Amino acid sequence: MPIHEKSLIRPENLRTHEKLTIDGVDVSGHWSTFIESRVITDYNEALEAEIAALPGGENIHRCWQCGSCTNSCTVNAIEPRFNPRYWIYLIRMGLESELLRDKDIIWQCVSCHKCTYACPRDVVPEGVMKATAHWLEMKGHTATSPSMHFDREFTEQVVARGRIEDVEVLRGFFKRTRQPLMQDWLVEIAWRIAKRLPVKWGLKSAFSLLRKPRTRGWAKARRAIEDYIHAQEEEHEKALHIGKPQSRPRAANENAPVSRPSAAE
Amino acid sequence: MSEKANKTKKYDTVGYYPGCALEGSGNGYDVSTRAVAKELGLRLKDVQNWNCCGAMEVKNVDPKLQTYLSARVLSNAVHLDRMNVVMAPCNGCYHNLKKAEYDLKHDAQSREVVGELSRKAGHKAYEAGQAETIHALDWIKEAIGEEGLRERTKGKLAGLKVANYYGCMYVRPRHIFPEKDQGPGSESTSKPHFMDDLLAAAGAENVEFPLKTACCGGAHTLSDSDTSTRLVLNILQAAEAAGADVIATECPTCHTGLEMHQVRAEKRFGKKTSVKIMYFTQLLGLALGIGPRRLGIHTNISESMDLVIDKCLT
Ligand code: SF4
Ligand code: SF4
Repeated sequence: MPIHEKSLIRPENLRTHEKLTIDGVDVSGHWSTFIESRVITDYNEALEAEIAALPGGENIHRCWQCGSCTNSCTVNAIEPRFNPRYWIYLIRMGLESELLRDKDIIWQCVSCHKCTYACPRDVVPEGVMKATAHWLEMKGHTATSPSMHFDREFTEQVVARGRIEDVEVLRGFFKRTRQPLMQDWLVEIAWRIAKRLPVKWGLKSAFSLLRKPRTRGWAKARRAIEDYIHAQEEEHEKALHIGKPQSRPRAANENAPVSRPSAAE
Repeated sequence: MSEKANKTKKYDTVGYYPGCALEGSGNGYDVSTRAVAKELGLRLKDVQNWNCCGAMEVKNVDPKLQTYLSARVLSNAVHLDRMNVVMAPCNGCYHNLKKAEYDLKHDAQSREVVGELSRKAGHKAYEAGQAETIHALDWIKEAIGEEGLRERTKGKLAGLKVANYYGCMYVRPRHIFPEKDQGPGSESTSKPHFMDDLLAAAGAENVEFPLKTACCGGAHTLSDSDTSTRLVLNILQAAEAAGADVIATECPTCHTGLEMHQVRAEKRFGKKTSVKIMYFTQLLGLALGIGPRRLGIHTNISESMDLVIDKCLT
């Protein structure tokens, strides 16, 4: 099916009749399936500009719909509904309600960059996916996705200390998404590790609780980054005509309020 | 010839940026890289007081913040350590430093943000062209070369069947790696071969492996675990079908992802695979006669110690 027809032919617009005669012609059954005519009036003319105003979406206007991105896409291969080319088409056409049908899977882009590698127009479809996922969240169409939770947890730890520690990020992420740490496969992995180096691992994890890895003299960088992030957020909210802030990634709380200069460092 | 000699000399001592993963879950990669360097007489000078490059996460909060974080690492290497080559074994770090280099060269806005944040943070801003970022593969390939490895290893890995897995960040997107795809001798972004070349020089048999640059879903390893497990399972099964004993890795995220989801595929999907997963530096270390514990092989989740014993690689 040509891509521009995908949004016109929907199962709910298809009509078949067990028994129907029109002007003496028998149009019963599958052979005479009708498409109910549909006129689109709910365009969001601002959609493309809004996506383009978010990081990653800048080049969306360049797309010429060749399909190379979808063709090469890692996630498309296991979930056919994941279709970057189609979403870019919908965004450029302002077909917001069609885009929203797929809102719950757009965040699943794994950033493999196959699309960016394949795209002949330097659209950076991977960036468009991220911008679209942000847009959906900022507009309140989706809750914060698990991957955004992870990205924020990670970023907050980097902003706070300059470095991260994997166990710490893992713990923070599971807490944020309210998942139990004791999942069968994680337990199996922990057990395999513990089996062979009980002493070293035990020491290491105890150590990481006491002293998290950090970059020395980071306080100034931390403040500069926080100011920068807040300024960016305000700009994005303005571009999307959002009044009150929806999301505020802050540095992980290190016993001190974050936006204030901390004497601890 | 003289250019080649110069380059080899340049890589004898390099700035070393391990990054967060190598200090944590990717520790086996760090210890094996250091052990191999020592054995080969190459010097690694740790970048002083480094910070996280932004990994795969920070760019999703703000891409230019990631550029700044990576640029600060390069700034430290240049201004604190006086190094003009930075070697990053982690694909994520390597990718981000390369991307920062590219953006600083081509994008005025990136220069502006990096300049401003560096000034406020109180250090000199890194400028494009001040340092060269290389991967651990480039480093050994240039500094020692296949000939050098052949002499030193005497085909020690003979009989070992290897599937070389490079992942995404080492090759994509193409434009941030201007030195790749430059004809004979250079690395290829569609069919990378540097790891194949080095391991073959050490005697290993590289199997025909079609998923060298497939994605392991590393970005969503915990946040979309089912997708990651399916992607990893593809890679593991393809390696087994190709007859590999071991998958050689050159990235801590890929390595950990393959190991973790090998366990998860068995636990959750009932799909068992037994191919081992080892860092290419661990394999090279074995070929050079370094003991497996010194290479951190006992810390691999995929129980690769069994393979070392089976194949008499100690
Ligand atoms: S590959 Fe690029 S130009 Fe082609 S459809 Fe995708 S985004 Fe558009
Ligand atoms: S980066 Fe995302 S959209 Fe692009 S090919 Fe990979 S999964 Fe698909």
